[in-house]
Amino acid sequence: MTNTQKHTDFYDNEGKPAWKAWLTTTDHKRIGLLYFYSLTVFFLVGVLLGLMMRFELISPGKDLVEAQTYNGLFTLHGVIMIFLFVIPGIPAVFGNLTLPLLLGARDVAFPKLNLLSWYLYIGGAILALSTLLVGDGPPDTGWTFYAPYSVKTGTNVSMAVLSAFILGFSSILTGLNFLTTIHRMRCPGMTWFRMPLFAWALYATSWIQLLATPVVGITLLMIVVERWLGIGLFDPVLGGDPVLYQHLFWIYSHPAVYIMILPGMGVISEIIPTFSRRRIFGYKAIAYASLAIAFIGYFVWGHHMFTAGMSGPARIIFSVLTFLVAIPSAIKVFNWLATMYNGSIDLKPPMLYALGFIFLFLIGGLSGLVVGALATDVHLHDTYFVVGHFHYVMFGGTGFAFFAALHYWFPKIFGRMYNIKHATRAFWLLFTGFNVLYFPMLVLGIMGMPRRYYDYLPQFQIPNVISTVGSWITVAGLIYMIVVIVKGIRNGEKAAANPWNGLTLDWQTDSPPTKENFDVIPTVTERPYEYK
Amino acid sequence: MNTGASTFTQGVDTAFIVILSISVLFLVGITTAMIWFVIKYNRKRNPKPKDVKDNTRLEVIWTVIPTLLVLVMFYFGWIGYKPMRNVPNGAIEVKATGRMWSWQFDYQNGKQSNILVVPLGKPVKLNLYSPDVLHSLYIPAFRIKEDVVPGLNNYMWFQAEREGEFDILCAEYCGVQHSYMLSKVKIVPEEEFLTWFNTTETVLDTLESVGLQVLKKNGCVACHSQDGSKIVGPTFKGLFGSQRKVTDLQGNVKTVTADELYVERSIYEPNAEVVEGYNKNLMVSYKEQISPDEIKEIVNYLKSLNEKK
Repeated sequence: MTNTQKHTDFYDNEGKPAWKAWLTTTDHKRIGLLYFYSLTVFFLVGVLLGLMMRFELISPGKDLVEAQTYNGLFTLHGVIMIFLFVIPGIPAVFGNLTLPLLLGARDVAFPKLNLLSWYLYIGGAILALSTLLVGDGPPDTGWTFYAPYSVKTGTNVSMAVLSAFILGFSSILTGLNFLTTIHRMRCPGMTWFRMPLFAWALYATSWIQLLATPVVGITLLMIVVERWLGIGLFDPVLGGDPVLYQHLFWIYSHPAVYIMILPGMGVISEIIPTFSRRRIFGYKAIAYASLAIAFIGYFVWGHHMFTAGMSGPARIIFSVLTFLVAIPSAIKVFNWLATMYNGSIDLKPPMLYALGFIFLFLIGGLSGLVVGALATDVHLHDTYFVVGHFHYVMFGGTGFAFFAALHYWFPKIFGRMYNIKHATRAFWLLFTGFNVLYFPMLVLGIMGMPRRYYDYLPQFQIPNVISTVGSWITVAGLIYMIVVIVKGIRNGEKAAANPWNGLTLDWQTDSPPTKENFDVIPTVTERPYEYK
Repeated sequence: MNTGASTFTQGVDTAFIVILSISVLFLVGITTAMIWFVIKYNRKRNPKPKDVKDNTRLEVIWTVIPTLLVLVMFYFGWIGYKPMRNVPNGAIEVKATGRMWSWQFDYQNGKQSNILVVPLGKPVKLNLYSPDVLHSLYIPAFRIKEDVVPGLNNYMWFQAEREGEFDILCAEYCGVQHSYMLSKVKIVPEEEFLTWFNTTETVLDTLESVGLQVLKKNGCVACHSQDGSKIVGPTFKGLFGSQRKVTDLQGNVKTVTADELYVERSIYEPNAEVVEGYNKNLMVSYKEQISPDEIKEIVNYLKSLNEKK
């Protein structure tokens, strides 16, 4: 290449008006940022709803809202957090921002389809939020839309369910796009086992998105059909079967849990070797563990239904399989730990978030074993223990991995650096608040407090008060983090192209990258993370 | 935590202890190692990393040992759970009805109660029935829970080992009053139980009219208030004789007078005429539960509400 002049980065609108340049872009980095900003908005709405729920629960009886409003709050909190933040989450934002960079490609395989996915996402999201404003009030079924209540309630369930249906297509198309990209667009020399582990995690995730999402799409449509046409699918009064709904719902929604956590694990697998300056330990074991989780994850849905009236043998088989799916996750944790051994560890914010992830994910995973066993699950099923458990996995796991990814790729995306000292302090505030918020829920569950309770018996008050105080600390931590990030974007110091000394291809190009990512498509000759 | 309140608690609590102990061990072990590595291999102290080769034997070890450990956990979970599904012969059978939003217990001699009274040390089987949506009968002290699924004959059983009163809660979300769908299980010595059981008197408060007793027995008052406040269904206060704006099955809005026939229609065909401002499909027909004679009593009670003022 004789062309030595400085390329403009991907923020250049090339003479178009900014709104047009962004809303019609097919650049994976811009689409990633569109997702980033829209996800952040919905995440904050979800946080606000959660904060209101926790405030209501500070003491028995009414504190803030009526029971009906509270039921709408927890339904929308769940729908927004699951369908608008955690499921699209890391793949839509950081997958889009970095996957082509990690593979040494100029874009994803289908850039226009990628933009369509974002529009579907926004369409579904607007529909979900509009249930607040139009119709007969927000849905009050919980995010699971369990029949027959979801068929009977007069609230705006149909619209919420349709929005989840549309969001499903966004997810399917993103999965399809990433699968094709990973199969077809790897740069010369990048064999499967030279792929960064984040790409492996996205690969496993994409298969789940592609194969499992249609099941929930059809199931949710069946609810709409039952509500509008009165065809008895799930309501026994009309001749339907409510347990069938649960099967269909969890056949998707359990694998969906791995859509949520696998990409997070992928992020951690990038960060730990970079900040330990060590070749990742057990590269193949981690890659295969991702595939194993995606595969076994299809066969454990029944553990959501141990008390629903399944046959005895089904309960036993689902319990065994549930324990087996824990193994690949354990393998990953051990390999991350072994990667730190004899390394040269730099405890910068991305690494802090990664280690925070490991600790919180451990509590989430280990508490999962408690509800995976039959005897203990019968006691804990549908209690606050389950609420605590999945918040440790979804927020402590996926959420912290999201924050880790944000702090890790921040200089790459924005070309600037946030204030390290304040980012570190924000982490500790958030981490502390998180545990004060969610650990009491595990205790409440063991004490026997059921979930989705607007009001509770007096013996449950003390842990509830602690948890509510924790929600305030958590929100303070989030605000602190957001301020640090926003200040970093606005006027952080200019960042070098490779401030963390990463070895993967995303760090071998400009920060922010040019529109086409690489001047020359790179050639790979060895595995990633070969620190010597 | 009421250890020993039922025959299941020991098995369940053993499973808890086994699983939680192994879990805490892993959590503490891994976290300690993590902190130790961060300190020992900190970049300041250890600027040059040492390369460590992959080790297949290590991978096998940390695959096999956790697998064995989780199978141990599964085993204790299974053993603690197994007796919950094997009902002994001769268990006292009680039909437990969960409806929006109250519990009702029907004994085989026809006795009905809003709290579950059972004898100490005797197996009791609950046949679970729901006329409307999902509920879940949960007795934390006994470590048992089973969903009450409309259209499905679920069951659960227990044997209490200690006298006293324990909470019954609904664990499956069922609508606006979900957290108020509470009851008690009262464990009494066998003689006391038999005395209670053989008293056919179901009246809780003899001053109550028969009509109100029917309404309470069938859980109507969970959704219909007696004091004019709006819950889920229209209040009983001032209902009788009033002009009601209703929507019929064809979707036509009309005004009807709340007379005897209206009351009967509302109980037997609740969706035929839905009062404006309330939702369809929330109430099911009580044709099987409430007789025409009982409806007369309900009407008398509704009339009496108008007289009080």
